[in-house]
Amino acid sequence: MTVDSIKNGFVIDHIKPGNGMKIYKLLGLEALNCPIAIIQNALSHSMGVKDIIKIDADVSLDTAILGYVDPDVTVNVIKESKIVDKYHPGLPRELVNIVKCKNPRCITTTEQELDHIFRLTDESKRVYRCIYCETASKK
Amino acid sequence: MRHLIGIEDLSVGEIENLIAVAEDIIANPKKYNKVAEGKKLATLFYEPSTRTRLSFESAMMELGGNVLGFSEAQSSSAAKGESVADTAKVISCFADIMVMRHFKEGAPMVASLNATVPVINAGDGGHNHPTQTLTDLLTIKMEKGRFNNLTVGLCGDLKFGRTVHSLITALSRYTGINFVLISPEELKIPEYLKDEVLDAKGIPYREVTDLEAVIGELDILYMTRVQKERFFNEQDYIRLKDIYILTPNKLRHAKEDLCIMHPLPRVNEISVSIDKDPRACYFKQVLYGKYIRMALIKMLLEEADK
Repeated sequence: MTVDSIKNGFVIDHIKPGNGMKIYKLLGLEALNCPIAIIQNALSHSMGVKDIIKIDADVSLDTAILGYVDPDVTVNVIKESKIVDKYHPGLPRELVNIVKCKNPRCITTTEQELDHIFRLTDESKRVYRCIYCETASKK
Repeated sequence: MRHLIGIEDLSVGEIENLIAVAEDIIANPKKYNKVAEGKKLATLFYEPSTRTRLSFESAMMELGGNVLGFSEAQSSSAAKGESVADTAKVISCFADIMVMRHFKEGAPMVASLNATVPVINAGDGGHNHPTQTLTDLLTIKMEKGRFNNLTVGLCGDLKFGRTVHSLITALSRYTGINFVLISPEELKIPEYLKDEVLDAKGIPYREVTDLEAVIGELDILYMTRVQKERFFNEQDYIRLKDIYILTPNKLRHAKEDLCIMHPLPRVNEISVSIDKDPRACYFKQVLYGKYIRMALIKMLLEEADK
């Protein structure tokens, strides 16, 4: 399978198989008009198989979303067909309106205008808790 | 602006300062009777409470201040659909400090993000109740004289009991604390408390079901009520509600200086025949609650004035 290289944009590599579509949806990539490729179950030396997303446009990427879904992905920043930066997003400290609190007793269930904010409380177990009611998020 | 939403908002040093002030209030009440002169405390109680609301009101009055507020959601603007955020902004125009009890978890946090005066959480659903924890800590200090090297038994509903969760978190900051967690299987403490507090800090604890088997080891026995309002299934409540009833017979093997605590209200989990036992501390606990709330109001008003 051949997918063209991109000129200016991003290659999100080393995505755990199955997380590609999740990242695509959470980043809102379906709203973009530029060429986007999602490659699922690509062969990988280090991971066996992986997902890859290529975005051929210099868009604003929400690294908090990437870090929450899959902090070990590699983000390659492409300018003029060359990789100019490469990083792992890591776990974000705070998530704003990325996940919704599922606790029926939480104030966010009745006050619709409130932002849903989660903070990282246990880095080793990757636990995020709602700042209002402290309920853990579920991926 | 300083608020009290959860007990972890206070450092160990600040808690000890509050307790020291409360002890001084007990010893020298007249010294404090003008501390809040000219100040107003708003009590915003969206769900019924007798003890906590009156404790706050009594505390403010003894500091020389005034109180205003409402005691049920139906008599507030919430009945017209006003948000907690807007209520907090409005009340900030009328009062110097506000106390909120709300049935939704996190409501006082929302108030604190929008108020321009200090907000005190007086209980938000099954979540936090930090002034109960301060009350419990002052009771332990007054009755046992220390916070370290204590075997603390917590008995009853350890799953939904917010006072239990906060007390475990608060006492886990001290050394030599050993918890005995007495509950039926269905009402054991949540896993996250074990993971993020007890195991994370290496605090020894045991989970048991038989109160009588362990009562002789305890320095403190904290009894709780099985709360009907926390159950979705009434059959489960009926099955579990009478599982632990403390009677004089069960106290036979307890230490002479055991301190029996309860956040109240009690239903039947402590026999009334124990009330006259010198080890029964739960009514003194209510009184201590007023003194620690006086110390807290004083601290937050002073910080707001800075």
